[in-house]
Order: sequence, then structure tokens, then C-alpha cells
Amino acid sequence: MDYSQFLLMPQELGLLLVFLLVFIYDTFMPQRSQRALPVFTTVLFAIYTAISFVPCQLGEAFGGMMELNQATWAMKNILNVGMFLVLLQAAKWTNSDFVSVRRGEFYELLLLTLFGMFLMISARHFLLFVIGLETASLPIAALAAFEKNRYESHEAAAKYVFTAIFSSAIFLLGISFVYGIAGTLYFNDIATNLMGEKSALLILAVAFVIAGVGFKLSLVPFHQWTADVYQGAPTAVTAYLSVISKGAAAFSFLVILAQVFGAAYSAVWEWMLYAIIILTISIGNLFAMRQRNLKRFLAYSSISQAGYIMLGVIAVNTLGMASMMYYVLVYIFSNLAAFGVIAAIERQAGKTTTDDYNGLFKTNPWLAFTMMLAMFSLGGIPPFAGFFSKFFIFVGACNTGSVAIYVLVLIALINTIISLYYYLLVVKAMFIRQDECAIPTIKSACPERISMILCVLGIILIGLVSCIYVYLTEATESVSSMFSMI
Amino acid sequence: MPLSLTIAVVAIPLLMFLFLGLAGVKMGRKLTGVLGVIGMGVTTVIAYGVALTYFFDPSYIVDGVRKAVIVWNPDWLSFTKDYVVRMGIAVDPIAAMMLVVITTISFFVHLYSLGYMSDHHGNPEKGFQRFYADLALFTFSMLGLVVATNLFQIFVFFEMVGVSSYLLIGFYYHSPAAIHASKKAFIVTRLADLFFLLGIMILGFYTKSFDFFNQNGLTGICDSMTAAQLAVGKAQGATFMGCSVMAWALTFIFIGGAGKSAMYPLHIWLPDAMEGPTPVSALIHAATMVVAGVFLVARLFPLYVIEQGAMEIICVVGAFTAFYAAAIACVQSDIKRALAFSTISQIAFMMTSLAVSSADGQLIEIHEGFGLGYMASMFHLFTHAMFKALLFLCAGAIIHAVHSNENCDMHGLHKYMPITSIAFLIGCLAIAGIPPFAGFWSKDEILVACYEKGLGWGLWMSAVAGMTAFYMFRIYFLIFHWKEHKVHTEHKPADQVWTMTLPLIVLAAISVVAGFVPMHDLVTWDGKELHTQLNWTVAGSSVAIACVGIALAFVMYYKENTIPAKMKSTFSGLWEAAYHRFYMDELYQFITHKVIFKAICAPIAWFDRKFIDGFMNMLADVTSQAAYGIRRLQSGSIQGYVYLYIMGALLIAVVSMVCVLM
Repeated sequence: MDYSQFLLMPQELGLLLVFLLVFIYDTFMPQRSQRALPVFTTVLFAIYTAISFVPCQLGEAFGGMMELNQATWAMKNILNVGMFLVLLQAAKWTNSDFVSVRRGEFYELLLLTLFGMFLMISARHFLLFVIGLETASLPIAALAAFEKNRYESHEAAAKYVFTAIFSSAIFLLGISFVYGIAGTLYFNDIATNLMGEKSALLILAVAFVIAGVGFKLSLVPFHQWTADVYQGAPTAVTAYLSVISKGAAAFSFLVILAQVFGAAYSAVWEWMLYAIIILTISIGNLFAMRQRNLKRFLAYSSISQAGYIMLGVIAVNTLGMASMMYYVLVYIFSNLAAFGVIAAIERQAGKTTTDDYNGLFKTNPWLAFTMMLAMFSLGGIPPFAGFFSKFFIFVGACNTGSVAIYVLVLIALINTIISLYYYLLVVKAMFIRQDECAIPTIKSACPERISMILCVLGIILIGLVSCIYVYLTEATESVSSMFSMI
Repeated sequence: MPLSLTIAVVAIPLLMFLFLGLAGVKMGRKLTGVLGVIGMGVTTVIAYGVALTYFFDPSYIVDGVRKAVIVWNPDWLSFTKDYVVRMGIAVDPIAAMMLVVITTISFFVHLYSLGYMSDHHGNPEKGFQRFYADLALFTFSMLGLVVATNLFQIFVFFEMVGVSSYLLIGFYYHSPAAIHASKKAFIVTRLADLFFLLGIMILGFYTKSFDFFNQNGLTGICDSMTAAQLAVGKAQGATFMGCSVMAWALTFIFIGGAGKSAMYPLHIWLPDAMEGPTPVSALIHAATMVVAGVFLVARLFPLYVIEQGAMEIICVVGAFTAFYAAAIACVQSDIKRALAFSTISQIAFMMTSLAVSSADGQLIEIHEGFGLGYMASMFHLFTHAMFKALLFLCAGAIIHAVHSNENCDMHGLHKYMPITSIAFLIGCLAIAGIPPFAGFWSKDEILVACYEKGLGWGLWMSAVAGMTAFYMFRIYFLIFHWKEHKVHTEHKPADQVWTMTLPLIVLAAISVVAGFVPMHDLVTWDGKELHTQLNWTVAGSSVAIACVGIALAFVMYYKENTIPAKMKSTFSGLWEAAYHRFYMDELYQFITHKVIFKAICAPIAWFDRKFIDGFMNMLADVTSQAAYGIRRLQSGSIQGYVYLYIMGALLIAVVSMVCVLM
């Protein structure tokens, strides 16, 4: 065996190293220094994230089972940045009562799920992909149940694990159909063998694969676990689920659709996805409008955001891919800003509904300001990053030039307006509504504050610093062969 | 000093704005002010270094042509491969000159404000820190505008200049007059900017480029005459309503510039803008922002030379505005307003001077000495900025001393405020065009350029120059002489603190010597040296006319007498009309309130309320009903979730099968 091919997975190896160090620290360090574990992990991860940006060798490894190219490399870095922000936000929470005894497990599981996602992103073989998918899914159930003393936490974990197992089964069934038709599990070989294929079995297989990955992305109608799990799980886990997990799923989804089922694009899954996207954006929006609990509200908002991310997927070209990655990057910053505020307030005041936020601006101006920027960015108000990401994703979708996509973009645009309504409701509560007993002034912990400052900077700057988008377009330009089937 | 330091010149004010704006409240007034002055001082030093390097380092001259240098020009928004908006920094003769002008005036205004803004009628000024932050924002916007590498960037900074001007005019936001003035300024200039944007779009559509200069194989639209001809040629003779589209585009762009530069009939905001603090008037509404329009036309000069139609419009508008504003300035009693109209008139001089540079015929033969008007205009922009800022800062010192803007509260101040008086006199001599003060040299070049276009243009502008001398000395005599004011003996006005006096002295010194800057070697439209010599006929006659104006003012206003009152009653109609600025504001009021609001806005508002809002409300109702209706889908039971999951997947599969296979 050629061991040098391990060099083609530097990010995975780095992540494993971080995991091992955290594990060693957790197991062998004396009790009194355990409180420093969050800081240790965060700093270690920050160093690893920074090192990951060093360009490395690209290519295929393990007989074509995985591939590192410009796009996967960039996507993993985006997820690393998001993971770093999540770790910052979780630091204070993991040292709280009830949780602190198991804080080592939290970090280890979290890092392992990220490892699974990296495998998903790089996989060019369904077996590896499924392993990645499961590594990324199952620990999340344990994470969701992390606050043992809370009933909702259990409920979330139970619902997650049930639906996850079910969707895995469906996904595997889909894959076995594909194997039955194509006789191989390598992405490239499947694509060649599926050329010109148009059978009922293939359609069923595609639908099942979409359902399996759609579960992770929480696309309608595979989305129903989302709200309960988001509400019940600890906020740090919810934040992680809503951005990192989604980003990884969206990217690998695009890879599968383009590379494996590319030839069947117009025949089979183009219209399926149109329907799913319209449903996802609209249903997510309609449910979000009526939520009073902010975590639940963000769950539905994240469902509809997943619909926008899918607009970049349905474009199936390099521009769509770039704008999808850009969207995920911006979404990470915007959503984590919102979750950072929610986590800080939930931890200290125990309140999570919109009405509790009345008059927040008076008592906590900086938190209110951060939340406002997050809402503006999620709603796509210029000049914040969210506007540019929506803009580019629409441009990317329209670039395909088909009339159906124009209609799709139009529906998405109308939904953007609807979404403004509920995003601004939060802003209205914080700034306009008054409350006698508003949430008292909260002193946020240092890591939380750092993460929120980073998020605010990201929201303001990412849109204006255009070189990021230019870089992503160049990165995806280099993997344009992936779309040769379309 | 390397030209790349221009980046620092632009960046420092931005950082100052962010820092003073965010941390100013916590820092206290004194520290904020001092930091502002130091920051601006550093910027000024670097800007001088850059400008001197650019002008006097021979390596920037290639074949006798001073080339534009693009320091930094990254892509900002790339829509397609060719259609790219950039944000960058370029240094060329006019940009380098503007760097000097802006940083000089801004620095002295920062320094002067330490004293001027320290109190407001005896109370500590509220929002002192905000003032310095806004000043820094303005300086940043203006610097970004002059070093812009493309039209789109100019537009962005044009708007930012407008916003910071809005913030500063409305600085005393407790006063209704200030609020009205800031809104008026913003709306009028915004309206003009709408045309500017239209112009940019038309120009961009036909030329496929926003960039000014050639760079890396890209062709700018006005790098040289050839580039401009190429750019205009891309329109391939497309016309709209009988005029070429390029003429339309350039006229629209000029309207944008006219809004900022207060050309008739878009001048109405500038006199009201005097409600802002006086240092702001000196910086924004005398020296820098108001010349943005002139700068814009100068920037696109090669295009305007080709499209002579647009040039003729500028010429007529400029010449008329110069006269119109000078006439109003002759009767104003509020010294800041009088100075404001004087500013309008002087800027019109610059516009006219740019526009008289006509090339011959359709094929554009550039004759020997072409571009004198351009050079003169930029020269006048430079000298005018210095002496008009001086005059405004003097006015600020006087207002600070007597707490009034009206000249009837001043009179006889010479005895009490000698330094201010002498500085103001130097400013008046400079603007009147008495040699060897700065204004003489630049105005003389303008008049020569006007006489070259035609005797009529020359005579007209000479007459306006005479009026300039008259009204400036009228103001001077009414403030510092006329009669002894009783109030002053009890409450003695005096020269102000050193932070306010020092800028006056330095600017006065600059106003004396600025005319000797060899502008014709440095700032020309094509970067080549322009050989000029003093035209003795024009120079002599213009000095004579100026002297007549001063003498007239001396007779009428030096000692208290009845001539002005007699004149007023003899020409009461004319006097009243001029005093009320020829009723332009009333006309606007009538048009906006009576015509536009009643006839156009009211029906639209009705349609908006009934149909648009109704439709939207219906949509909202439907959406909300739907949201309520589907609530049962989310039951909370996991069996239901899984059921929907599998049904959804199967439904999608079955529908696809039906569609694809049938």
C-alpha cells in the first residue's frame, strides 16, 4: 500500500490529531485542570483551522474512493471556520453544572461528526460516503441528549435517532438499487454505467437517495424532526446542526447529483428537486411565521434557508456550486450570530421566546445589535453578507437560463419577502416593543463575545470583500469536469 | 515617497471615523479632538509627500506626458468577465492636486473646530465627538472620490459625500432650520445623482467599461483623446430624440455634478446648507464637496471635448449661474449666505472655464494651447478652495465673537478683531483678483480662455468678475467698518483662541502665494506642459474692473451713509427680487407642493393605498391563513413524521415515474 496517499487527506488527519489530543487530555489530565478543556480544545482547533488554510497536494486517494480538490478543500475550510465559532460558543456551556462532568465526550463526539462530514465531502465511493454519513449522524443523537436532566433533550434525541435510522435505511435501499442497476459503487463508474438509463428502478433509487440526504438537509417533506430536535437539543448542538451539518450535506448532495446522476439530470431529478425546493422554502417560511420560541423559529428558518442553498445545487454548474458554498459560509456567520445571542440569553435568563426579547435593546444593546445584524443578514438586506449570498445564488441559478428556473427564482424571491416579515418581528420586539421586566443586562462570557464579534465582522465584511467569492468561483472552476454530464 | 502611500491617505480618515465614532463617547472631548487633528495632520503630510513625488519625480513623465498611475485596483464585483466593477486608487494630476486641497483644508478645519466647536452659546457643545467622526467620514469620502479609478466608484463616493454632508449640515439637529436644510441638500443632490446614475448606465452600456485609465490591456474611457474617441465610437452613432446617446449620457452626468456643485437651477440647497456649523461650511460647502461636480466634468474631459453638445450646455449654465449668484450676493445681509452665493458664482466660473475649451469641428483638431480653460479651471479650484475656506473661517470667528450671522450686528469690528480683519481682507483681495494675490492668476487664465471662445463670453465673465469685487468688499466694509456698533463697547468681541486664529493666518499666507504655483506645468488635461503667458490686455482690464468694483463698494459702504438706502428705494423691485434670490425657492415650493404633490403624488398615493396595499394585505392574509391551516402537519408524533417521510419519497418517485416513463 502506498502510504503517501494519506497526505491527500491532511484535513481529516489534522482533525483526528485534534481529536486524539482532546481525548488524551480528557482521559489523563487531573480533575482540576479539566475546566481548561474547552479552552484547550478551542485553541487547538483554531491552530488546526489556521494550518488547514495552507495549500496542499490535491488528487485522488485509495483507488479513487476519495478525492481532494480545490472545491472540497475550500468547503472543509469553511466548515472548520464554522466549527471554530461553535466551539467558542459552547465553551461556557460545557463548564456549567450537569454538563461539565461529560464535557470531554461533547468535544470528542463533535469532532468525530465533523470527521464524518469530511468523509462525506471527499467520498467518491458510496461505501465511504455511507460510513461518513453515519459517523456524522449517530453521535448527534448523543449530543442532542446531552442535557440529561431535561425532558426535551431526551425527546429530541429519541426523535432524531428514530428518523435518522429510518432515513439511513431508505438511503441504503436507494444505493442498493443503484448497485443493482450499475453494478458498482464508484461514483465515476456508476455515472458511466447509468448513461442513457431511464427506468422505474433508477427513479426510485434517485428518490430514495434524495430522501436520505434530504433528511440531513431537512428538506420538506423529510424535515419534520427538525423543529423538535432544534428546540430540545442544547443550543450549541442546535447551532452545530443548523449550519455545519447542513453545509456538509448540501455539498455532498451536489457532488452526488452532479457526478453520479448527472446523466439523468433532465430526465429524472430536475423536476423532483424543483418541487422539493418550492415546498421547502414555502413550508419553512409558513411555519416560521407562527413560531414564538426562537429556537423553533430558527429551525423553520433554517429549513427555508436550506431551500435557498438547494437553489445553488439545482443550478448544477460551477457558478451554482460557488454560490452555494458562499451561501453556506455567509449562513454560518449569520445563523451562528443568532444562536450566540440566544445561547447567551438562555444560559443566563432562561428565556427563549420572542416576547421575552421585548425591550432587549434597552438592557443589552450589543446583543440586540448582533441579533439585528443576524436577522438582516438572514433576511437578505443589503449591504450585509446575506444580501450578497442570496444575490449570487439567484444569479447562479438564473445562469442556467431555463424558464423553469426563472419561475423557481421568482418564487424564492417572493418567499424572501415573506421571510423578512418574521425576521423583522424579532428586530421589532428588541427595538420597538417595550417591556417593564425586560431581560436584565447580561454579561456574556469571553469566548462567546469573541465568537459574536467574529460573526458580526463576518456579516459586515464577507459581502464587501469580494475576493472570497472570486476565490470560490475559481476553486469550483477547477472542478468543472464534475458537471460534464449535465 | 512611494505613491502606494495614497492608500494610507484614504485609509487613515476611514479608520479615524470608525475609531472616533465608536470610541469617541468614552474618550472625552479633548482627546477626541486632538486625535482627530493629529490623524488629519498625518494624512496631510502623507498626501503632500505623494503629490510632490508625483509632480516632481521625472519618472512619472513618459515622453513629456505625465501619466496617471494606478496604485491599486482590485475587482470588487465581477458580474461577468468584462463587466467588472473595481474599487481602486489612481493618482493623476487632478487627483494629486485635489489630495493637497482636501487634506489642507480638512486639517485646518479640524484644528479650527477645536476652538469653534468647544462651546455653543456658552454651553459645552453636545456631540463634539460625533462632529469629529463625521468630519473624518467626509474627508474619507471626498478622498475616495478624487482617487477613484472608475465611474462607479465615483458614484459610490459621491453618495457618501452626500451622506456625510447631510450629517454635518444637520449637526444641530435640535434646530428645525438645520433639519430642513439637511433634508433639502440631500434630496436635491440625490435627485441630481439619479441623473448621474442614468448617465453612468448609458455610458457603461455603450462603452462596456467604467474605468477611466488604461491598465493591463483594458481600455479606459478617458485615458487619452484616442481612448475617449474609441469609447464614444462604441455607441456607433446611436441617437435618442435627435441627439447622440453619448451626449445624453454626458449631460446626465453633468446634471449629477451640477447638483453637487450647486449650478442653477439646482443651487437652492447650498445657501440653506449654511445652517451647519461654520467650519463645515468652510470644508464642505466652500472648498471641497461643491467642487466635486467640477472635478467630475474635468475627469471626463476628453469625452466632453468630443461631445460638444454637452459642453455647450455646461457653458451656458455656468455663465448664467455665475452672473445670477453674483447678483444675489450683492444684497444678502447674512454673511454666510452672501459667501455661499459667492461660492456658487465662483464654481460657475470653473464650470464655464472647463466648457469653453472647444475643439474645432467634428474631427476634433486639438490646436496649440488647447486646454487652457481646463488648466485655468483647476487652477481656480485650487486657489478658490484656499481663499474661500479662509473667508468662511473668518466668518466663523466673527460669528463666534458676536453670536449673529447678520451684518447689521457686526459693523466696525476692525478695531476689535484686527487679525481676522486683515485675513478677511486678504481673502477679499484674492477673490476680487487683485495681483499678486492667488485669485488674480487663476481668474485671469479663466478670462483669457473665455475671450478665446468669444468676445461676448469674455465680456460677460469680466462683468461678473467686477461684481465679485463689489460684493466681497461690500461684505468686508459692512463687517469691519461702516460705523461703530454700540453693543461692541459693552461686550467686546476679540480675535479668537490660537486654534482658530492660526488657520486664518496660514490660509491667508497661502492665499497670497498660491498664485505662483506653476499650475500650467503640473495640471493639464493631457499631462503635457501648457505654455502660457500673461495676456496683458485681459489682465489689465480685469484688474481695472476689479478696482472699479472695490471703489464702488468703498464709496457705498466704507462709512455710514445713505447711498445704499437710496439705491434700495430707487431699484426696490430689483433689490427685493435679488434679496429673495429671484424667488427660486418659492418657485420650487410651488412646483413641489402644488403641482407634484397634488397632481402626481396624490393619485399615486391613492393607488398605492387601495390597490398595492390591498393586494399585499390579501397576500399576507392568505399566507397567514395557510400557515394556520398547515399547522396540523407538525403533530409532534414520530410515527407521523416517518409516515410523511416515506410517503413523500414514494410520491415524488411515483409522480416522476408517471411523468418520465409515460
